Amino acid sequence: MSYTALVIIAIITAVIFDLYGVSTKLIFRKVFWTSYAIILFFQLLTNWWLTSNKIVQYDETVILGIRITSAPVEDLGFGFALILSVLALWVYWGRRGSFKNSEQGKN
Amino acid sequence: MDSYGYAVMLGFTVLASFWLEIIYKVRVLARFKRALAAILPVAAVFLIWDFYAVSAGHWSFDQEQILGIIGPFDIPLEEYLFFLIVPIAAIMTIEAVRRVMKNWSVGDEMSDEMSDEMSDEMSDEIKKESDEL
Repeated sequence: MSYTALVIIAIITAVIFDLYGVSTKLIFRKVFWTSYAIILFFQLLTNWWLTSNKIVQYDETVILGIRITSAPVEDLGFGFALILSVLALWVYWGRRGSFKNSEQGKN
Repeated sequence: MDSYGYAVMLGFTVLASFWLEIIYKVRVLARFKRALAAILPVAAVFLIWDFYAVSAGHWSFDQEQILGIIGPFDIPLEEYLFFLIVPIAAIMTIEAVRRVMKNWSVGDEMSDEMSDEMSDEMSDEIKKESDEL
């Protein structure tokens, strides 16, 4: 499967996880999109570093070929799926209060 | 210095985010177990993807620009650290945003700081009631 196809699957999976898996519904929250905008800025910066210096190189046949700050557009989807999944799980554990007693005081 | 290429990116991400722990008191490192519980399951899935992508030739790492420490599944140390550092930076970001925009809901408020205050109030009330009795 191409990187493009895997990214589309990852985005859909992350959104389903957020909405139905852990029901955190981050994609409907301003706090998520504001955070994502900040994270995206730093992703573009660090992605530019990794790709323009050829630290990471891509097979041109498995990507669309659209590049943003020298990185394949697919990387943005990869990052989005990663960030949404982690933040949804972070909020999920916070909502459950599972780690409250183990780490003195406020969770 | 070439071998630090990837490590520089990770160092930058740490510098750009970890100050939030001190200045905004985001308490992400202070809640490290919860952070790990959020990161590890997701990182595991992405590392499987990473392993598949490298073995299928979707992407590759320049061997000259990494430290050369290769972990399980042929994945370089930097890549493992990426899936720890980047998620921590993301959690710090959302925790910093909520501290600035105090009326924006995140979804974990009931069992967060509020509930601690609530339970304090409740126990005060219980004490009062028992005193009255």
